[in-house]
Amino acid sequence: MMTEALRNDAMPHDVGSSCRPSDRTSVRIIGLGNEWRGDDAAGLVAARRLREKIGKGAQVIEAQQAGTDLLDLMDGALVVLLIDAVSSGKPPGTIHRLDASTGPIARNLTCRSTHGVGVAETIELGRTLGRLPERVIIYGIEVAETGWGPSLSQPVEEAVGHVVARITQEVEESQCTSSTS
Amino acid sequence: MSEESPVSQPANSTRTIAIGTIARVEGEGALRVTVKQGAVHDVELKIFEPPRFFEAFLQGRHYEEVPDIVARICGICPVAYQMSAVHAIERIFGLRVEGPLRDLRRLLYCGEWIESHALHVYLLHAPDFLGYESGIAMAKDHAAAVTRGLRIKKAGNALMTLLGGRSVHPVSVKVGGFSRVPSRRELEGLRDELLWARDAAIDTIRWVASFSYPDFVPDYTFVALRHDREYPFNEGRIVSSNGLDITADEFERHCEEQQVPYSTALHCRLHGAPYQVGPLARVNLNHDRLPPAVMEVWADVGLSLPLRNPFQGIVARSVEMLYALEEALRLIDLYEPPPVSSLPVTVKAGVGMACTEAPRGILYHRYRIDQHGVIREAKIVPPTSQNQGRIEEDLRLFLPRLLTESDDVIALACEKVIRCYDPCISCATHFLKLELQRDL
Repeated sequence: MMTEALRNDAMPHDVGSSCRPSDRTSVRIIGLGNEWRGDDAAGLVAARRLREKIGKGAQVIEAQQAGTDLLDLMDGALVVLLIDAVSSGKPPGTIHRLDASTGPIARNLTCRSTHGVGVAETIELGRTLGRLPERVIIYGIEVAETGWGPSLSQPVEEAVGHVVARITQEVEESQCTSSTS
Repeated sequence: MSEESPVSQPANSTRTIAIGTIARVEGEGALRVTVKQGAVHDVELKIFEPPRFFEAFLQGRHYEEVPDIVARICGICPVAYQMSAVHAIERIFGLRVEGPLRDLRRLLYCGEWIESHALHVYLLHAPDFLGYESGIAMAKDHAAAVTRGLRIKKAGNALMTLLGGRSVHPVSVKVGGFSRVPSRRELEGLRDELLWARDAAIDTIRWVASFSYPDFVPDYTFVALRHDREYPFNEGRIVSSNGLDITADEFERHCEEQQVPYSTALHCRLHGAPYQVGPLARVNLNHDRLPPAVMEVWADVGLSLPLRNPFQGIVARSVEMLYALEEALRLIDLYEPPPVSSLPVTVKAGVGMACTEAPRGILYHRYRIDQHGVIREAKIVPPTSQNQGRIEEDLRLFLPRLLTESDDVIALACEKVIRCYDPCISCATHFLKLELQRDL
């Protein structure tokens, strides 16, 4: 498992070998969250912005409380970039980048947004049933406020901007790889 | 399932044991059990209810916004919230949705029941009977069963996606009907998968009926809707196993919400006593409304009525899953698209109530609307707040047999009792902390 816990002002620009040959159907961005629970909507908001920014570069899905439906949402993709709110005690706005392809992700890092069967459990269920895409990257944004209400706190708002920039770069680089390979 | 090992914290004459987080329960909350002099002294289930937020949030909103707003209350049962809302508002406007539009609403509800029941039966509840700590652990040894459950769930999702626009939060339900209706061809496209799921639901009933259940048969008051002809979704009188027979308009006169000091949630009681809503209540009060094809399977597995063991809620849920699939196929075969997707609405001021059958039991809504169609007051009583007192009572009755056991055995048993009710405690996050306190 690869885990990076980064302050959003220390975002690396080199995503290097994580680029994969891709087209619109092979890279899928899934933003998770509950847009009525404050910062819990971080993944949804990021996905919404990525849809506008990336256009046809990747499929973008906004999923509220997806639960095990996440497996269906990932079906058929080679690479899935998942964005969700997390709560692990790190400062609000901290961005975690986890590679779930190689092993279980820490349960305490995920996730406030789904219920009954959470993201970590669903990914493990997918692994057990042989239903995981080749590569599953999780961007977790550390939350500040998850009370009832529709707006993001400032640190999470800023972190969403950084995640959008980084994923855009990741998708663009994968397209470059695709066109030159 | 406890995620963390029990940690004992001696303090004066009592011992408080933080047991951790209960998984496989929808929502967030906490359970505190107090044991004194070898007996269960108190059981307090604390929950945090989003409907309270939404009741306030709905005030000042236009009635047309209500279906989309209430769909956000619960990720598992958005259709139920929409259905109770539109029926209550249609009562105010004197609107009655009939024919194919009514059938489409039933069909949408079928999708939600299939989806919700498949999740609970296969991933949240079955592990308790087969000795696994989670659905994932169970999937390692029972991959075929879990795959079957997920595929049944997906068949329900497909109905919700087609009729509701989005599978998790349907958006196309509106007062007077739908924002659009499907073509015959679109519905027929779901038929093959629903047929597969129907056969899989029969296998499900056989599977869960073969489980071993603890010997536990409390004397329940069951409450459910009852309709003249149908197994209930959207319509019916509210009846109980003790002879209650009222309309939704009378609900608040009989079922009173009470504040308890240890919880932000209100406990709902029927004439001052706890009662049970949900699949077990519905099956017991409406088994004569199930079609012969469902009752044949029921008889085939050798179950007799009434079914009062809460652990057999998994059987009731599986029977309802089969019913919802049979009903969905029947409605699809009958379907002729209506000439309009929704009826014209004339706004009137007034108060309207409605109860519909959410997967977890009756869901009551009341709205007061002014002459401009603006919500002035909203009241929502979800099934879990109705079952909450009953869950506590079940724990009081079930725990004495376990008091000589270790704390973690007791914790696991509490979780299993709670899971029988498939409680949707908060509908947003998933923390239920369990605390056991007993005299040294």
